[in-house]
Amino acid sequence: MSEPMHECKYNPGFMRDTLIPQVGIITDIRTETPDVKTFRVNAPGGGKLFEHMPGQCAMVCAPGVGEAMFSITSSPTNKEYQEFSIKRCGQLTEHLHSLQPGDEIMVRGPYGNNFPVETELKGQNLLFIAGGIALAPLRSVINYVLDNRDNYGSIDILYGSRSADDLVQRKEIEEVWSKVPGVNIYLTIDREQAGWDGHVGFVPNYLKEIGFTTDKTAILCGPPIMIKFCLQALQEMGFSKEQVYTTLELRMKCGVGKCGRCNIGTKYVCKDGPVFRFDQVDELPNEY
Amino acid sequence: MLKIKTADLPALYERIAQSQDLFLPVRSAGQTDFALWQKDAQVDLDTLKTVKSPKDVFFPQSETLYSCHREDGKLSVTPEELCDKPFVVFGMKACDVQGIAVLDKVFLSEPVDSYYAARRTHGTIVALACGRPETSCFCTVFGIDPAAPEGDVVTWMVDQWLYWDAKTDKGFALTDFLHDLFEPADESTVEQVKTAIRAIVKKLPYADLSLEGWGAQAADTRFDSPIWEQLYKPCLACGTCTFVCPTCQCYDIKDYDTGSGVQRYRCWDSCMYSDFTMMAHGNNRTSQMQRFRQRFMHKLAYFPANNDGVFSCVGCGRCVDKCPSHLNIVKVIKAFGKED
Repeated sequence: MSEPMHECKYNPGFMRDTLIPQVGIITDIRTETPDVKTFRVNAPGGGKLFEHMPGQCAMVCAPGVGEAMFSITSSPTNKEYQEFSIKRCGQLTEHLHSLQPGDEIMVRGPYGNNFPVETELKGQNLLFIAGGIALAPLRSVINYVLDNRDNYGSIDILYGSRSADDLVQRKEIEEVWSKVPGVNIYLTIDREQAGWDGHVGFVPNYLKEIGFTTDKTAILCGPPIMIKFCLQALQEMGFSKEQVYTTLELRMKCGVGKCGRCNIGTKYVCKDGPVFRFDQVDELPNEY
Repeated sequence: MLKIKTADLPALYERIAQSQDLFLPVRSAGQTDFALWQKDAQVDLDTLKTVKSPKDVFFPQSETLYSCHREDGKLSVTPEELCDKPFVVFGMKACDVQGIAVLDKVFLSEPVDSYYAARRTHGTIVALACGRPETSCFCTVFGIDPAAPEGDVVTWMVDQWLYWDAKTDKGFALTDFLHDLFEPADESTVEQVKTAIRAIVKKLPYADLSLEGWGAQAADTRFDSPIWEQLYKPCLACGTCTFVCPTCQCYDIKDYDTGSGVQRYRCWDSCMYSDFTMMAHGNNRTSQMQRFRQRFMHKLAYFPANNDGVFSCVGCGRCVDKCPSHLNIVKVIKAFGKED
């Protein structure tokens, strides 16, 4: 349908486009695993670049190398800085891994929706299930929930990776999370390994072995194959798709639903996601 | 209603160009496209369709977003200046004006794209009714009237006269600025021309194209159709359709190395390209069928679902004219029409 031409009443006072980044300083780099580092980022004058909510993402750019969307792994309850846990797997991430504290990058955001920590998830028992680097987006939620412990019920965290060396944030898991009352941690690795006396086996199998009750809301992130089998396992336990949240990941350039890249069906993952409930995922065409 | 002799149009162009940039169809190197008016420009109002749509006046094929300077390891970011001077686009057809209305829905929705918005704010659109719609035209299928375009000013070419009708505040301002070039005109002449144009349009080969089954509901019903697999095969993934399209707005953001930093620019991109959705960890559309389907599902199903039924196609027919494999949106619409 054609419609009358509207005069553009855009406010010329609007100065800074959302596509323009801020300069961020890397103030700390932790080597988590052989291919994952956690980068702490501050504004040049100190403090955070912006406020965000758990699950939101930001565009991290190394000028001349590239720009890509990463989930913000630190919780908004942290008032000092933001952190990104980044796996080395391409040109940009290879470059980021070569940086040192004091180096500058460019960051814009935050983008996307967030886990509904102040609405649907409030007062719920929470079950976090993550595989490998996918702990990164969940860590933001977990720390938010732990810092607002009274607002949530029981907390179960099931986390697995290929080997003990590939567990991200292991120190925080063992020294902080496992000491909070009402928090149960379940770690697993894919294959036997010297020095590991914990559980061995894939996340979906461990999930079935533990057999959680359905009085929980689950948050599930990981490689597609893990997600598929974990969702099946949860459904076998009696969880409905409305009880399970996840995040989607597609190529993004703008972050604001205009460049067209992350469009699937009527949704733009950068703007309408990355957080979706599985009943919402079901409504999307199968090309994610 | 006002009018000006077509022989006097160069004076009108010159007057506009005294105070602002004027973009209009110019013939150059054997083809006609919108370009900046200059004294020796070969203005071509006879060619109905420019090869590219004039969308690049508002959404350039390539534009710098900001510059990033590096000195002693320190970065600084300088946003590109926004368009702050008025300009006029003269001779846009009804389909291309609706193309801008479609781009408005993308770029002026929150968060507003300030680069595009600045151009829209400063641009005055002078539309020109289509004297002789062509066989590849099908704008009426999308509710567009080529005899009465939208625009800040609407004009009609009748014999040796250009009829001029201002519609918006911007249009009135431009008309005031040019007022001594015009003489009063009779509406009835234009009404006759409108009737004649509409009579031509009714006889065009695609006039009866049906959009039944498309729109928001198609997002659920047509994605899994086997028709896509039968249709896509001739597609060469050249992206020509997306580049000539008035509504395609997918873009890329890239760096230009300046030696002491980068200029970060955006440029048109195409969902037809195999690396469009490629990430370090994989690609969610690995086949050309998927990419082909995405383009048409977006125009005919997803976009209307998100924009009150407005389609992201304006029936300009450029893809019909330009696709090297004779594959186009009309073929897609017809193929699904047969199915029903």
